[in-house]
Amino acid sequence: MTQGTLLKQITDYANRADPYPLYAELRRTPVSRQDDGVYAVSTYWEILSLLHDPRISSDTRNRLPGMGGTLLADSEEEDTGLPPSFIRLDPPEHDRLRRLAMRPFGPPHTPRRIHDLRGELDRMVTGLIDGLRDRREVDLVDDFAYPFPVMVICRLLGVPHEDEARFHVWAEQIVAGIDPSSSEDPAQRQQAAQRARAELGRYLAGLAEEHRRTPRDDLLSAMVTEQDPRERLTPIEMITTAVLLFIAGHETTVNLITNGMLTLLRNPETLARLRKEPELAVPLVEELLRFEPPVQFLPQRTALTDIDIAGTVIPKGAPIWLVLASGNRDPRRFEDPDRFDPERVDNQHFGFGSGVHYCFGAPLARLEAQIALTQLARRLGDPGLAEDPPPYRRNPVLRGPRHLKIAFDGVVG
Amino acid sequence: MSAETALRDFRRRGRVVVVGASLAGLRGAEALRAGGFTGSLTVVGDEAREPYDRPPLSKQVLLGRTAADATTLPRRHGLDVRWRLGVAATGLNLAERRVSLADGDEIEYDRLLIATGARARPWFREAEAALDGVFVLRTADDAAWLNRRLAAGPRRVLVVGAGFTGSEIASACRERGLEVTVVERGPAPLVGALGGVVGAVAARLQRAHGVDLRCGVTVTSLEGDAAGRLRRAHLSDGSTLDAEVAVVGLGAVRNTEWLAGSGLAAGPRGVACDAGCRAFDVHGIVTDDVFVAGDVARSPHPLFGYQFLSLEHWGNAVEQAEIAAHNMISSGLARRPHLWVPAFWSAQFGINIKSIGVPPMGEEIVVTQGALEEDRFVVTYGFQGRVIAAVAFDQARWIDFYRRLIESAAPFPPDFPNVDRRAGGTRPVPADFPDPSLPSHGPTVTLSGYSPSERRLQFTPARA
Repeated sequence: MTQGTLLKQITDYANRADPYPLYAELRRTPVSRQDDGVYAVSTYWEILSLLHDPRISSDTRNRLPGMGGTLLADSEEEDTGLPPSFIRLDPPEHDRLRRLAMRPFGPPHTPRRIHDLRGELDRMVTGLIDGLRDRREVDLVDDFAYPFPVMVICRLLGVPHEDEARFHVWAEQIVAGIDPSSSEDPAQRQQAAQRARAELGRYLAGLAEEHRRTPRDDLLSAMVTEQDPRERLTPIEMITTAVLLFIAGHETTVNLITNGMLTLLRNPETLARLRKEPELAVPLVEELLRFEPPVQFLPQRTALTDIDIAGTVIPKGAPIWLVLASGNRDPRRFEDPDRFDPERVDNQHFGFGSGVHYCFGAPLARLEAQIALTQLARRLGDPGLAEDPPPYRRNPVLRGPRHLKIAFDGVVG
Repeated sequence: MSAETALRDFRRRGRVVVVGASLAGLRGAEALRAGGFTGSLTVVGDEAREPYDRPPLSKQVLLGRTAADATTLPRRHGLDVRWRLGVAATGLNLAERRVSLADGDEIEYDRLLIATGARARPWFREAEAALDGVFVLRTADDAAWLNRRLAAGPRRVLVVGAGFTGSEIASACRERGLEVTVVERGPAPLVGALGGVVGAVAARLQRAHGVDLRCGVTVTSLEGDAAGRLRRAHLSDGSTLDAEVAVVGLGAVRNTEWLAGSGLAAGPRGVACDAGCRAFDVHGIVTDDVFVAGDVARSPHPLFGYQFLSLEHWGNAVEQAEIAAHNMISSGLARRPHLWVPAFWSAQFGINIKSIGVPPMGEEIVVTQGALEEDRFVVTYGFQGRVIAAVAFDQARWIDFYRRLIESAAPFPPDFPNVDRRAGGTRPVPADFPDPSLPSHGPTVTLSGYSPSERRLQFTPARA
């Protein structure tokens, strides 16, 4: 096996259930050039340093032709008429858009938003688990881990829950557009993704108009009713931001919760502990973010100049993949990295990335996973995996089981 | 008994005394235990409180959001320490390895960690300093008293000195809606720490937030009424200012008086120690049983011409204490150097300020990210053609990159493209420090390696 084909194998669907041995292989060269021109960065300290390096751009328009990296679609915005969202922009534009999006979401302007959702999240989870009373088997993804974050993001943004089915289709198509492993024609996939983005954008634009007329306690209302023109997103910025938050709030937490339950069922003693000590959920979710991160790598970075790192020069204009999931298992940073240890100390993982693009929704994702896993551990009677490994979603970036069949002995409480 | 056996014996049943129940003292004690020290461990502190955190005192506490007694530092569960709180150390006998305490007690040690920190420099006239309404801000008690007074709504607060503490106090006062006058001897706030270019930004921010900022002026005296309450201040420009509260922010004094005559190299600038945190005696000979950490320490730093740096930084206290503790229970090559790159942060007027390296060594600066007039930027400081420091306003997440530039003595001005580099972001201008005290030319020393535990020094002789 040569270094130059490792990323190809990692993105290969056949290796989805357990890419970790391949990451270990990849780490033998901290920064390695892949056959298609992508520079893969796989070790903790090198990833950390590049995440804080202003010579790295998140805007793929800085890629130079002929530098390779065609594995992933770089042009999801083309033809949708929508400009890039802040996840694909650099400062100062990134900073401005992110700050305005943060205003109604978190500190310093709205420090209590997430905290105040706790009771509501708890009731959503209780309701979903109550719905399993007559069952003895559940597909955790379809019956819990998917619907829960969707309910949350809809509530937060101010999207009527009745419209959820339409989103599901759009979200799936958009995410498929950034899936480098799909066997379908990439041009067709991208077209479908662009169409979905455009449709979702149009839908949200209509919704924003409704919220302007009758504002409620949600992000869209706060964004459209902002009085200070300097602190207001333009209509188009608001739509790209809402699409971003919607997709990101949607397609990552489902994996965090599902990977969490999968890991707990593989470690029954930890599951038993969580049942008795709900406060374990806090460090446990951190370890989960390290051990099975919902975002496995960041494939959108580009070098703005030649960068000399770990004995390799990444040339100007070259695509860079920061393999977060590999950094999370780097033995030079984490002792016994392949062990799931919910009490691990000094756990500065890359589960939410690092640097200016650090996960916007991190506090929300943490709370959702903590509440979901605590209640699942407490209320599902004697749960066990019906199949291991479960079938995975195609996507190697947003990696997680497509289904997780769990057999259990009734619902407690 | 061989040295190794002696060390093993010390680790098992030796006696360690930590003087200073501070951030450094606590982290040192924890690191000793975490490193396997099982002997007796005594921590002496002059305040009656358990070790607490100071950064919130000039921020959340002054805004009334956090109680002054609620900043106790979290500590390791079941930490086995004998606390001697509320009693100051008054003397040290190096020959007999004994610390004497204010209550007449004496404690013997095999190894000693000095972490007595610093205290606020008081107003220079004792009678004026004693006026009701004149404050300093260093301890939790200081913060509690000041917060109570601010909550009562004084008509005007005078802040003497626009360093970081003074500026944070002014910021908190404005956030509480209080009228504030800041009097600063230099040409701008923060000018001594960050230079005139960044100081001008700080001045603009203060004025934009409604601070009555007066630079190039000093307070010559404070005047009280018959009841001993502060009424007004007299300034060097001949003007007077009515104020009910004055906060003196004129820096800190190191707590080394208790070491006078002990034979240690201790003075107003701190206790000198080597890069392994071992104290020097007055002859310049390094001791092997007395260690120093935190604000009270002065240690030579290879990245900055082997100058002795005295740092009043939170992160320095933590790391130096951990290294001191490690070296107290290790020997020879297992000992580690304290190679911390100076770093600190401040929050004021809605801006997060972060600094890395030693800005006052900078001769020139260049804005490498963002723009000064937008109040969000990174400026890079150059010294003899290399990067020596960087300061970020609301751009803290990049600061790690600049630490790497400092550690590797990267060329100044930085000649690479990066995100948010503006037109004009390549042209250095004078950093404009009021009193540059630059060291002489020396060899270049750099740090290499990415993992903190694997970093090594590289030495490049000076070019002739």
